[in-house]
Amino acid sequence: MANRLRGLLGRDAADIVVIDPDDKHVYQPGLLFVPFGMARPAALARPRSRQFRPGVTFRQAAVDHVDLERDEVRLADGTPVGYDILVIATGARLVPGETEGLTGPGWMEKVFTFYAREGAAALERALSRFDGGRLAVAVMDMPIKCPVAPLEFCFLADWYFRKRGIRDKVELTYVTPLDGAFTKPAASRELGGLLKDKDVRLVTEFNTGEVDGAGGRLISYDGREIAFDLAVVIPLHEGQEYVNRSPGLGDELGFVPTDQRTLQAKAKPNVFVIGDATDLPASKAGSVAHFEGAVVARNITRYLAGEPLDAVFDGHANCFVETGFGKALLIDFNYDTEPLTGRFPGRLGLPLLRQSRLNHLGKLAFGWLYWHVLLPGREIPAVHSQMPAAGKHMPAAGSRSRSGKGR
Amino acid sequence: MPTITYAGTAVTVNEEGFFDDPGQWRAEMAPLIARQEGIDELSERHWQVIKFMRHAYEEKGTGPTVRVLGKTSGVSVKELYQLFPKGPAKVAAKIAGIPKPRGCI
Repeated sequence: MANRLRGLLGRDAADIVVIDPDDKHVYQPGLLFVPFGMARPAALARPRSRQFRPGVTFRQAAVDHVDLERDEVRLADGTPVGYDILVIATGARLVPGETEGLTGPGWMEKVFTFYAREGAAALERALSRFDGGRLAVAVMDMPIKCPVAPLEFCFLADWYFRKRGIRDKVELTYVTPLDGAFTKPAASRELGGLLKDKDVRLVTEFNTGEVDGAGGRLISYDGREIAFDLAVVIPLHEGQEYVNRSPGLGDELGFVPTDQRTLQAKAKPNVFVIGDATDLPASKAGSVAHFEGAVVARNITRYLAGEPLDAVFDGHANCFVETGFGKALLIDFNYDTEPLTGRFPGRLGLPLLRQSRLNHLGKLAFGWLYWHVLLPGREIPAVHSQMPAAGKHMPAAGSRSRSGKGR
Repeated sequence: MPTITYAGTAVTVNEEGFFDDPGQWRAEMAPLIARQEGIDELSERHWQVIKFMRHAYEEKGTGPTVRVLGKTSGVSVKELYQLFPKGPAKVAAKIAGIPKPRGCI
């Protein structure tokens, strides 16, 4: 975002300051591969301070709160940093402690998460020692970052245990609070079918109330139980703590209420929000943040020029779904259109909602694109902020998905 | 879209029985919808949640999720499941005459 803005705004038009508590930027899509020995945790992080274009100032500091009245970010040491425009891009954090028992006995011994580097690395060791038994992959509750990642974990686990020749000794179960494998109907059918093909049991509408790590049980609020020998959980997510300390900024979960189309914060016109920090009914995924970036950058230039904002963000998300055996499928959707079959970004592009080796190669190539094209604030040719309709098999009017529709 | 008659008024609902227009809802419909959902009698605690759901919908345009309900309604998630065993957010939304909570994507 900062790099994109630096390219759009002249040096005398704006000072751009990035505030972050650490100097490590993690390529989060890579975490999925760590437990299977396909990526090294150390290789996924790079110094944040080295990712900026000249003319962007990086301040390594924690934020205590945002004072919307005074247009000021107050750092943890009390220093005020004033702003004309604030972009909130502080993401979501994992709160495993919010689920009863999750961080108790068994945590990081029998119960792991691959959503953080330490957990992913510890899980790799645990998986390599795992010679058979019941493996449960459980989403505690939505929203989570990258809602397809836990499914991908199941697909890769199936492939991993087959490769080790012990698949028949492993009982794989996918546990979700949703009423299907995924939220959107067509993708839910396709991904649910894949779980079945790979012999992964699907347990739906399971709202985990307690994790008994020592006893190896997931217990739902309505009293159901799932026994496990090894559990991979996706902990509850919330916004950052400083949001809760900033009067008027966030909602109950610390996410920031944001206009779905302009990406302006509802709290104040000179605040924009991007990525997982928003409360939008869109996936908390890197692709969404990237597509939002184009809209926020344009709207900031419009705001500075005193022009009305463009209400053009459509909730566009684009995700490679790794399915194991060197294949992946690709889904592309937005607020109103569910993932459809066809090709992306046009008729000659990558196959949508269908497994292919090309998509797997796309997923692997994406790591390079991320560091060398996306972070520097460049665009991927032919891939635009708005969801493309060309190449998609659109259903007849009137039968479009309503699941993503908001207020 | 299908219609169902509650307390003598025909209301439009979706395939799953959620109200299409929360404006069509009246309090005397709630016990009738609840009975269809297997809740024979609405207690004061049920009503606290139902009123909270309607209020949240009016403010935000969507019903809260179970987790948000547990944090903000004054009724814990555990008790919410005792009150609405088949799923608090969904069932309470249906009884409160608001669309199915959007959940997350």
